[in-house]
Amino acid sequence: MDPVDPTASPAAAAQRVTAEILDAVLHGTERGVVVDSPPGAGKSTLVVRAARELVAAGERLMIVAQTNSQVDDLVDRLAETAPELSIGRLHSSDGRPAPEALRHAGVTASSKVGDLVEQQVVVSTAAKWQWVKDVDPWRHAIVDEAYQMRSDALLAVARLFERALFVGDPGQLDPFTVVGTDQWAGLSWDPSRSAVTALLDHNPGIRPHNLPVSWRLPYSAAGLVSRAFYPFTPFRSGTGEGDRRLTIGTRGDGGPVDAVIDEAAESGWGLLELPARHTVRTDPEAVQAVAQTVRRVLDRGLAAVSERGTAPVTADRIAVGTAHRDQAAAVRSALTALGVPVEAERGPAVTVDTANRLQGREYDLTVVLHPLSGRPDATAFHLETGRLCVLASRHRHACIVVARAGIAELLDEHPSTEPVQLGVSVKFPDGWEANHAVLARLAEHRVSHRP
Amino acid sequence: MSLLSTLARLEAVRSGRAEPLATVRHRHLSDRPMVVVPLTAAGEAGAPLAAMLGTDRAAPRLHVVPQPLDRDQRFAFLAALAADLLPYLEGYGEEVEQVEGTERDPETGERTPVVRELCAQAPQLIVPSAAGVDQLGLIGRSTRFRRTADDADAGPHPVPTRVPLLGRWLTHLRERSEVPGSSLLVAMTALLSRHWATGQSHLEDQHLGALLAWISPPPGMSGAEAARRAESARDERGQLYCPPAGPATDPRFDEKLLAPAVARYDAARAALRARPGGDERAERHVRRAAEEIRELLAGVLRPTWDQVWHGVDLLRTLPPAAHLPERWESDRWSYTGHRDRLAAGEPPQPRHDDAVTAARKLAQREREQAKVELQEALDDPLAMAEHRLSGEAFAGTVVDVEPAYDTSGRSPKPRPLVTVRTADRPHADPGREVHRAGGPAAQKAEIVAVDPDDGTLTLRLTSGMGRRKEPEPGSVPQPGEQVVFTLFELTVRQAAPLPAPEDTPWTHGGPPSAAALAPAAAAAGSDPITDPEDWE
Repeated sequence: MDPVDPTASPAAAAQRVTAEILDAVLHGTERGVVVDSPPGAGKSTLVVRAARELVAAGERLMIVAQTNSQVDDLVDRLAETAPELSIGRLHSSDGRPAPEALRHAGVTASSKVGDLVEQQVVVSTAAKWQWVKDVDPWRHAIVDEAYQMRSDALLAVARLFERALFVGDPGQLDPFTVVGTDQWAGLSWDPSRSAVTALLDHNPGIRPHNLPVSWRLPYSAAGLVSRAFYPFTPFRSGTGEGDRRLTIGTRGDGGPVDAVIDEAAESGWGLLELPARHTVRTDPEAVQAVAQTVRRVLDRGLAAVSERGTAPVTADRIAVGTAHRDQAAAVRSALTALGVPVEAERGPAVTVDTANRLQGREYDLTVVLHPLSGRPDATAFHLETGRLCVLASRHRHACIVVARAGIAELLDEHPSTEPVQLGVSVKFPDGWEANHAVLARLAEHRVSHRP
Repeated sequence: MSLLSTLARLEAVRSGRAEPLATVRHRHLSDRPMVVVPLTAAGEAGAPLAAMLGTDRAAPRLHVVPQPLDRDQRFAFLAALAADLLPYLEGYGEEVEQVEGTERDPETGERTPVVRELCAQAPQLIVPSAAGVDQLGLIGRSTRFRRTADDADAGPHPVPTRVPLLGRWLTHLRERSEVPGSSLLVAMTALLSRHWATGQSHLEDQHLGALLAWISPPPGMSGAEAARRAESARDERGQLYCPPAGPATDPRFDEKLLAPAVARYDAARAALRARPGGDERAERHVRRAAEEIRELLAGVLRPTWDQVWHGVDLLRTLPPAAHLPERWESDRWSYTGHRDRLAAGEPPQPRHDDAVTAARKLAQREREQAKVELQEALDDPLAMAEHRLSGEAFAGTVVDVEPAYDTSGRSPKPRPLVTVRTADRPHADPGREVHRAGGPAAQKAEIVAVDPDDGTLTLRLTSGMGRRKEPEPGSVPQPGEQVVFTLFELTVRQAAPLPAPEDTPWTHGGPPSAAALAPAAAAAGSDPITDPEDWE
C-alpha cells in the first residue's frame, strides 16, 4: 500500500506510482502486476501508456476488456493517442465494432484471430478471447477492468499469455452469478469470484499497486468516496478545493428542484428528499423528480468551470443512475415526456442507465435515484457497496441524489446478515457502513420536496 | 420476486387459497418416484435418526436408529438404507437406448461417429423440503470415503460393503440437484412453490404442511387458517398435528416423547449388558424399547409421507410442459454417466472440485438456468406473462403486413414490415432486435417504429423466411394472427471451452496436484459435495 504523501503534488505522486508500475510490467519478477485504481484515477491512461511502452520495447501484446463498449473505447483511445501502433480489434462473428473504433487507419477488425496476429496490439473481450485457439501465446497481456472479470473467465484465457498487467477498480460491483455457488465458497479458485482475488490468492508474491489520485472526482467528492469505499487505500483529488465549479445562467424559481441544483452547484452534492413512503420500484414521484431535475439543469444553462476551461453542461454531460433496469426505463420515458433527449443516436443525449452499465464512465453532473429509496427492506443487492460507489463516483462536478426520507432508519432495521464463510475474506467496508457514510454527508445538502 | 408472482401472492391473501403460477408442470415427475423422508438427531447433524421411504404410498418402509449416537447402529442403519435404496437407484441402469453422436479425435481433430448408451429411464428421489436434499448430501459426504471389509486395507472401522456406494450415489444426486431444472433429486416444497403462489412468505413456504394448507385447504377453512393450524396446532399431549417435515424433529417431541423413550432403551440395553450370559426377559425389554422408538418415529414421519404423496397428486393434475422430455434427457445422461463411472471402477468424487471442474460446473449451471427460464416462457403463457410485464416481451395481434425487400445484396431478400397491436409496454426502442416465440421456425426481427399512443409496434422481419425472394408460405404472420416477440434471445449460448485440469494456468495455482497443497484449499470450509465429471 502506497501512503499518500500529502506534500507531493498530485501529478508528481501519480507519476511516481506510474513509473513503478511500468517498471514492474517490463522488468518485474512476478508474472502478474495488479493495479488498484479508484474512480477516475487514470486507469485508461495507464493502459494506453503500458501498451505503448511494451510495443516500444519490441513486444506484441493482447488486451482483455470485459464488454464490447469497453473494447471499442479502448481501441479508439489507443489509436487516438498512439497512431503509430497497429491495432487489431477482435470481435465475435455476429458483433459489430463501434465506428469510433474503426475510423483510425491503424485499426484492423476481424472475427478471426489469425488475421490479427501480426498486429502489435490485439484487443477483445474476455468472452471472445476464451474461444481463441491455435495461436502462440502472447508474452504480455493487459487485463482491463479486471475486478469485473470472473475467475472462471481468467481461467479460460490465461493460457494465451505469459505475463499480465491487471488493472481495475476494487470498489466497483463484484461479478455475479444467478446460480448457487456456496459449494465453492472458501476455495481460492471459486469460479464466481473476481479474477484479481483468485490471482492474488494463488500468487502471494504479487503486491497490488495503488493509483493515488482521482482526476475525475472533484475535491468535494474524493474525500468522501475515499473514506467510505476505499478506507485502506486512500486517494485524493487531482484538483483542489474550488478548482471545479458549476455556474448557473439563470436564477432559481424558488422551488425545491432549483434549490437542490443551486446546492449541488455550490457544494458538489445535493439531496432532493421526498416524503417517506413505501413505493413500487418505479416510484412515479421519485422518477418525476429525477426527470424534472435534469430538465431544470438543462433549462437553467449550467456551465462547468474546471482545469479544462469552461464548457456548458449539455445533455451528453449528464447521467442518471439507477439500481434497476425498469427504473432506468421509467426515467427515460419521463425524460422523453419532458422533451429531454435520451437517445444518443440522435445527437447529444442524457445517459440513463443502471450502476452496472455506468461503470467506468464519466460525466459532469449525475442525478442518482437512491437504490434504497422507498424500499421496505434493504437486501444484499441494494446494500452492495459497489453499487453505491459506482453511482456516487461518476461525476466531475456534482452529484444530485433523489431519495425518499427514512433510508437511515431502514438501514438500521436491516443490518448485514450475510453468512460468513470460512476462507472468504470479509469485504470491508460493508454496504451498510458505506451507505451510512454517504447518507450522513448528503444530509448536509438536503432539500425537501413535496410533490 | 417478479411482479406477477407478487401479485399472485396478494391475490392468494385475498382469496384465501394459493394461486396458480403455471398452467403446465415445469418439472419432470417420474411414474415411480422414490419418496424419502429423512430425520436427523437434534444437535448432531451427521447422526441420522430415521428414514421413511418407498415407491408405494400404501407401503412405506421405515429404518430407525434407536440410539443415534451409537456408531455401530448408525452404520447398520446406513447399510439397511443402502440395501433398500440401491436396487431402486441401480435398477434403471439396465434398459438402455443407443444414441448416435460424434466425437472429436483429440489428435487429428476429426469428428468420428460414435454410438453411446443412454439409460431409457432414471430414478427420481423426492424429499419433503430443501433441508432434506442437504441431509442426503450430508449422508453422501460422510459415507463415500468409508472403507469396507472388502477393501485391501480395511482400516480399524470397516463399514458394511454397500455403504460407500450409497454415499457415492447420494453425492451424485445432491450434486445434480444444484443444476437448475434437474429432476433426479427434488424437494416437494420447491416443486409446489414453483407452481403455486401462497399468501405467505417464501420462508414460510419451506414448511410443507403450511404450503399444502394454502394449496388445498380443508373444507370450510381458509389457506391462512389451515397454514396456522399446520404450523402450530397441538394435541392434548402437546404434540404437533403436523410434525415438521424434517430432517429436524420438533423439540417438544424430542423432549416429551423421544428422549424418554431413548433413555428407556439405553436402560434396557444396560440391563442386558449386565447379564453376560444373556437373559430372555432383558432382550425382550430391549426389543420392546426399540419398537417403542420405532412407533414414535413412524408416527411423526407418516403425516409428512402422506403430504409428499399429496403433493405428487397435485402436481400430476398439471399437464407436462413441452420441454420436459428434453430436460429429463439431460438427467438421464447424468444418471448414465454416473453408472458408467461406477462400472469403470473410478474412485469416489473428490473432496473439492479443482479449479477447472468448478468453473465447468458453474458454466453448466448458468447455461441450464438460462435454458430453464427460456423453456418455461415458451411452454407456459403465465411464465411468458412475467417477461411481458417486465417489458422484456410483448404479445399482440398482427394488424398489417407490408412486403418489403432488402436489395443491397446480389439477390433481393424478403424483409416484410409487420405491424403488431399490443396492450403490453415493452422496453422497445427502434433498432432493437426481437425474437419470435412460438413461430414455425426461429425468426428475428428489428423494431422499426413504436407508437405508444396507438399501441402499435412495427417490426421488420429479418430471418426465418427461407432463401428465396418471396418468403416461404406460413413464415410471415398474417393480419389477425396472434404473435409473441421477446427482447431476449430464445437460444442459450454455448459455454466457452476451458483448459483441461492438468493445464490449469499459473493464475489459478497450476495443475491440481500442486494446488491441493495450497493453504487456501486446506483451510476452506466449503461443502465438498463434488463430482469430477458431471458433464454431458
